[in-house]
Amino acid sequence: MAASGEVLAAGAERAAGERRKRHSTPLVSDSGMPPAPAAAHVGPKARLTTQSAEPTRSTQQAEQAEKAQPAAALDSPAAARARARPHRPVPSGTPTAPASATAVDAVERERRPRPLLGGLASAGEATVTPLPRERSRRSSTGSVRVGAPQRRSRNVGRSTTGAGKTVSPVSADGRTTRLSAVGAAAPAGAQASGPASKAVALDDAPATVGAPAPLGPSLPTPPTRGMRGDRTGTAYRSPSSGISHSAESAEITASLLAAALTQQELTPHVEDVVAAIVGVLRTVAAASGLGADEVEQAVARALAFIRRRLTGDYSVDVFGLDPDYIEHIFLPIMRLLYKQWFRVEVRGIENIPADGSALIVANHSGTIALDSHMVQVAIHDEHPARRHLRLLGADLVFRTPVLGSLARKQGATLAASSDAERLLSSGEIVGVFPEGFKGVGKPFSERYKLQRFGRGGFVSAAIRTGSPIIPCSIVGAEETYPLIGDVKVLARLFGAPYFPVTPTWPLLGPLGLLPLPSKWIIEFGQPVDTAKYGPVGADDPMLVFDLTDQVRETIQQSLYSLLMQRRSVFS
Amino acid sequence: MADVVLVTGVSRYLGGRFAAALSKDSSIERVIGVDVVPPPHSIGRAEFVRADIRNPMIGRIITQAKVDTVVHMSVLATPTSAGGRVSQKEINVIGTMQLLAACHKAPTVKRLVVKSTSAIYGSSSRDPAMFTEDTGPKMMPTSGFGKDSVEVEGYVRAFARRRPDAEISMLRFANVIGPSIKTAMTDYFSLPVLPVPLGYDARLQFLHEDDAIAALVLAVRGPAIQIVNIAGDGVITLTQAAAMVGRPLVPVPFGAAYLGALVRRAGLADFSTDQLSFLSFGRGLDTTRMREVMHFSPRQTTREAFADFADHVPPVVPGADAAFSLLTRTAGGVLQTASGLAGSIGRLRQVVS
Repeated sequence: MAASGEVLAAGAERAAGERRKRHSTPLVSDSGMPPAPAAAHVGPKARLTTQSAEPTRSTQQAEQAEKAQPAAALDSPAAARARARPHRPVPSGTPTAPASATAVDAVERERRPRPLLGGLASAGEATVTPLPRERSRRSSTGSVRVGAPQRRSRNVGRSTTGAGKTVSPVSADGRTTRLSAVGAAAPAGAQASGPASKAVALDDAPATVGAPAPLGPSLPTPPTRGMRGDRTGTAYRSPSSGISHSAESAEITASLLAAALTQQELTPHVEDVVAAIVGVLRTVAAASGLGADEVEQAVARALAFIRRRLTGDYSVDVFGLDPDYIEHIFLPIMRLLYKQWFRVEVRGIENIPADGSALIVANHSGTIALDSHMVQVAIHDEHPARRHLRLLGADLVFRTPVLGSLARKQGATLAASSDAERLLSSGEIVGVFPEGFKGVGKPFSERYKLQRFGRGGFVSAAIRTGSPIIPCSIVGAEETYPLIGDVKVLARLFGAPYFPVTPTWPLLGPLGLLPLPSKWIIEFGQPVDTAKYGPVGADDPMLVFDLTDQVRETIQQSLYSLLMQRRSVFS
Repeated sequence: MADVVLVTGVSRYLGGRFAAALSKDSSIERVIGVDVVPPPHSIGRAEFVRADIRNPMIGRIITQAKVDTVVHMSVLATPTSAGGRVSQKEINVIGTMQLLAACHKAPTVKRLVVKSTSAIYGSSSRDPAMFTEDTGPKMMPTSGFGKDSVEVEGYVRAFARRRPDAEISMLRFANVIGPSIKTAMTDYFSLPVLPVPLGYDARLQFLHEDDAIAALVLAVRGPAIQIVNIAGDGVITLTQAAAMVGRPLVPVPFGAAYLGALVRRAGLADFSTDQLSFLSFGRGLDTTRMREVMHFSPRQTTREAFADFADHVPPVVPGADAAFSLLTRTAGGVLQTASGLAGSIGRLRQVVS
């Protein structure tokens, strides 16, 4: 026992010593002290190494160099020569010696992924010094083309030479523009393809004219310079280059044509296809007795909408409101219901302010909450300022797939005081249905009887932001889907607040989803001012309850008076 | 004003870039970067110290170097980068505990900057459209990074109570995105097709990686700001984002949990269930405090930041773009030849007649 106690004591002693030593060793180098010895000292013992970032970087560079080396050695003698030199420079546009230039070029070429079809590689990729293979291919395509275009050349050529004769050798650029003008105006433009593309091709061509002076006379030059828009070629065209010379003018015409042709060959003629389709469309529209212009515009709008949706080229606000969707999908569909089906009559639209915030409080009914959308259409279409109503929805709406994302798209957000106040303080019109599901899902026998108005959260939001409350009564929505039964079991199964049974649903299947065509009246009442209470009023529960009651009574009274005025449900 | 800054998690992408950015500021005397592995990238003139923040050793580094500002960036978002969920949680939670304990004992520490995340707000159908800094989550994050971050924030609050003299800046970042950073989100948007929860279209908010670095540098050099949300302006929807990266959407029914299992089991992206409910409902951050208290405004909006990422994401099929342009060009060429032929035939007829 004593022996083991000694051992333990010795161990404890040793451990204490270690800890002391550890605490005295500097882990981070002091600014004055050189870091190397500290690192050497600490390194093995404490499993900590102090090192600056510099070594890592240099090793990285070395690794990169190593990696680059085998890639460069792709067994071409030129590359081998390049490797033989002690330090291979980074391939650059201005090599020092011609030999090394080819070597670098070879290496560069080997590295670059070779295009599948060289001929269709984009113009930007073409090297300044074309490889023999590429050049021969280009010239061959040129010669293939020569047969067909020669005939066309007569027209263009005539006009070109005509222009060339009148021009003085000094105004090289002036000639360019005139040439293009002639090309566009000449009847030859209408010959085979769209006149626009030809004009562009001709416009680009003169830049090619100057550049290829040293090349053979019959060989059309690769049009790389002209196509890249590299206008430096004009610098070659000194007055002494003899543009007006007749022998050379033929050559110019030939190369110009070749350039134009290659250009045409490379640009897809989408315009032609579209023009043909539009022509067919207009003919069909005219044949079926519709206005050709209107049909064309409608189709163009629809296509533009689809393009925006496919590319994501539209914006949503922070709540998820998608103006593009509202304008082109939501409102047109709802307008059909609004005008043709329910024939909505709007009263008191002047009670809604043209700018600034307002809270619209309405009764909720109709099994499926169509009434909220009808109020949206009413305010958007009937109000001169064409304002968009922002609805507040229950969290169940946003939890439900499809419904939730559609609700967000058309500008609805969660019925919580934070969101309501955020919208109201940014000057929006906010719509709220305080009855919630109790109102929508109430049986037909209780129609037009307002349910409990929640906890009055909407009133305190209005008071806090000083927004007027506008009571809104909707008559007609109760009769769209008369709810005569509620299957509680199915409702629980789907997690819904109710499962409706109407005279047509689920008896007639999907046909039961069609609302009955009742006649609707939407009346906006006199605004209730809340600004006079100040933001502190929102924390006064008595005031909030009083206002809630007042708004509820107003809506109920105007509902009764509207029902008295109504002659029948459907007219 | 900071003299000696300690940066944890310096070997990770944002940490390394932050250290490099900080070391450009000559008014800061020293920048010490701490991580368990050496940084694979340049960290400027910052000194790298190999240390584990789960080890009490970190306290001695802080004391010896007389660190006055600690920037905690070593909270890992994905289990794969840590080598499993257990180790991720240990690095995040135990690491933060140890680091804050060390800061507590070191009298030189005057400021603590923590890179936190908006994931602590969770994501649910009951969320407000925009979260302010004092809004609590409607549904607490239950797993992974979000849960860890909630705990990390708890420790930071405890530290603030125990050391009332120290200044705290806690930055809750929206999803950081950009051409170079690699996160679960960038992995997801690089998938060839994007599985999404059927019938939902989340609102997403992003912050460009350059703006994230700028915000952290400002948090070190500027005044202390407590807790602040950092996000780019505006939101984009998941559908828009998918269109921008050119990926088709594959709506998956049966809710987010199923989708999560699917994506995880396929090993496609490192997604926790929280991130999947994020894909259903998204999240918006209120950045009033960022602008008015911190005086920081991101250079890039959410859309611009995501577009920058989308420009650099590799195409689904390599060479798909090239193939498409080849196709249109061939079509154009064929059309051209056809029209040329028609023209010449017409003229031939004229010549013959």
